[in-house]
Amino acid sequence: MNQVPAPDPAQLRARYPQVFDRPASARLATPLVALLAFAIFVFGLVDLDFSPTRFLNGLHQLGWITLLMLPPDPGSSLPLYLKALGETLSIALLGTTLAALAALPVSLFAARNIVPEIIRFPVRRFLDSIRGVDTLIWALVWINVVGLGPFAGVLAIAVSDFGAFGKLFSEAIEGADQKQVEGIRASGGSALHEIRFGLMPQVLPVIAGQVLYFIESNTRSATIIGIVGAGGIGLQLAEQIRVLEWQKVSFLILMILMAVAAIDWISSKLRFAIIGRRAIA
Amino acid sequence: MTSAVAILPSQQLAALNEAYRKAVARKRLRLALGALVFLAALMLAAFGAEVNLKTFFTYLGNFVSYFDRILKLDDGSRVWTNFGEWFWGWKKWLKLLGETVLISYVGTITGAALAFLLNFFAAENTSPMPWLRFVVRRLLEFARTVPGIVFALIFVIAFGLGPMAGVLAIAIHSTGALGKLFSEIVENADMKPVEGVRSTGASWVSCMRFAVLPQVVAGYASYALLRFEINVREASVMGFVGAGGIGQELVVAIRKFYYSDVSAILVTIIITVFIIDIGTGWLRSRLFGKEART
Repeated sequence: MNQVPAPDPAQLRARYPQVFDRPASARLATPLVALLAFAIFVFGLVDLDFSPTRFLNGLHQLGWITLLMLPPDPGSSLPLYLKALGETLSIALLGTTLAALAALPVSLFAARNIVPEIIRFPVRRFLDSIRGVDTLIWALVWINVVGLGPFAGVLAIAVSDFGAFGKLFSEAIEGADQKQVEGIRASGGSALHEIRFGLMPQVLPVIAGQVLYFIESNTRSATIIGIVGAGGIGLQLAEQIRVLEWQKVSFLILMILMAVAAIDWISSKLRFAIIGRRAIA
Repeated sequence: MTSAVAILPSQQLAALNEAYRKAVARKRLRLALGALVFLAALMLAAFGAEVNLKTFFTYLGNFVSYFDRILKLDDGSRVWTNFGEWFWGWKKWLKLLGETVLISYVGTITGAALAFLLNFFAAENTSPMPWLRFVVRRLLEFARTVPGIVFALIFVIAFGLGPMAGVLAIAIHSTGALGKLFSEIVENADMKPVEGVRSTGASWVSCMRFAVLPQVVAGYASYALLRFEINVREASVMGFVGAGGIGQELVVAIRKFYYSDVSAILVTIIITVFIIDIGTGWLRSRLFGKEART
């Protein structure tokens, strides 16, 4: 049997100095960063009033709550919950559609290949600051304006998605192939023609995929805006948690999980149909 | 230079045109049907969500004037004319903002650690047993689909009011989201090093440590930083249900119509989110090169 000759460590050291003799700064960087991150973590635990006894007591409570949740049971309010679920799905669909319709023209003004930087920059920052505010905050603001109810939820989702869509759409437009636009210009098309016939056919499938994905994720957001009073199943959920009706709570959570799974399934089918299997991965 | 455009005989042309028209007509019909179904769904949704265009247009003015009002101080002057008055509570707010960032930091770290422990069991190519993979995947799916604030509502009852409930809610939600992303990175990892390590007689743990981990750790850190960014936003509303952070102040200001406070707190939140976004973006580009910034 052949034996591999034992390597000579000294020779290896001489041959690969970058492996064996790294400067102290490079060797210490990773442990130092890890140590710093851990120190902040511990400081956070102390500052946020973590204590083992509190944690264990809480776990104990949580165990009881989980036991009380079984079996899930809607009691006599099943029709009410189904209606609330329908409301939630409506909020997600309408909010996303409104946001997409409003964001499409604005996104043109945030795309580098359509407008000069001096217009693009403020539009981008404007969209960024809309996105910096959570959907729940928008829901609270709209409740002040149009009153309690699902309509406030629709508008909240529309506004917060407007910020996200504006950014995503403009990125899709920036990623589009310029050759087709140049072709339209060469044949004498105006700027609007360029956008309509050169850009839109390229970006619309991408945009449609994103809108479908957002309908999906907004089903989740729409379940929670009810917690502040903007309609839908979250309103029921928050109420049942407050009155400690745990069996109803677990039933509502199950309903939400099933609805989200169903929407996931439908929208992934639709996305495959629109942009094909390859574009998803 | 002359170039000849071939002109087909009219008979052949007519047949081609016919085929083209047919193909386009079928596509248009499908598009129209799709649009019709979508419109019907929209109408149904509008009915379900009690959309009332009349109220909307009556109140649209209110929306605009709401922003007008939150940008006015009590004495009627614009907020930016008197910063001291606008940000009168800045000491309290900064402290709460610090708490918000800390909540999301601790929550992200805890969630990333849990996701790290679980993700090797959830990935198709490294999971030691199929049933374990199934169980872990369902667990992560559950943690990811139930919104963080619902966990927070329940945890506030179990653990008491305060930031602890918020941290745990964010940790659980991050575990679900990061666990899925982490396991996807592992599934994309090259399996040849694993075979090499296994051929030396190493255990499963050593295979993961020496063959998979070096390939995936950069991706983990990048996703964890992104998650931290998202969690700062999420933590800013945890206070709505009593789970700590700046949300508590904001909800009081909005509900009680302390207009200038609303705008002041919103501005501080937006600035914080900006700073965190830029900071993590910078960190990611430092750590993983330009291409990881997207």
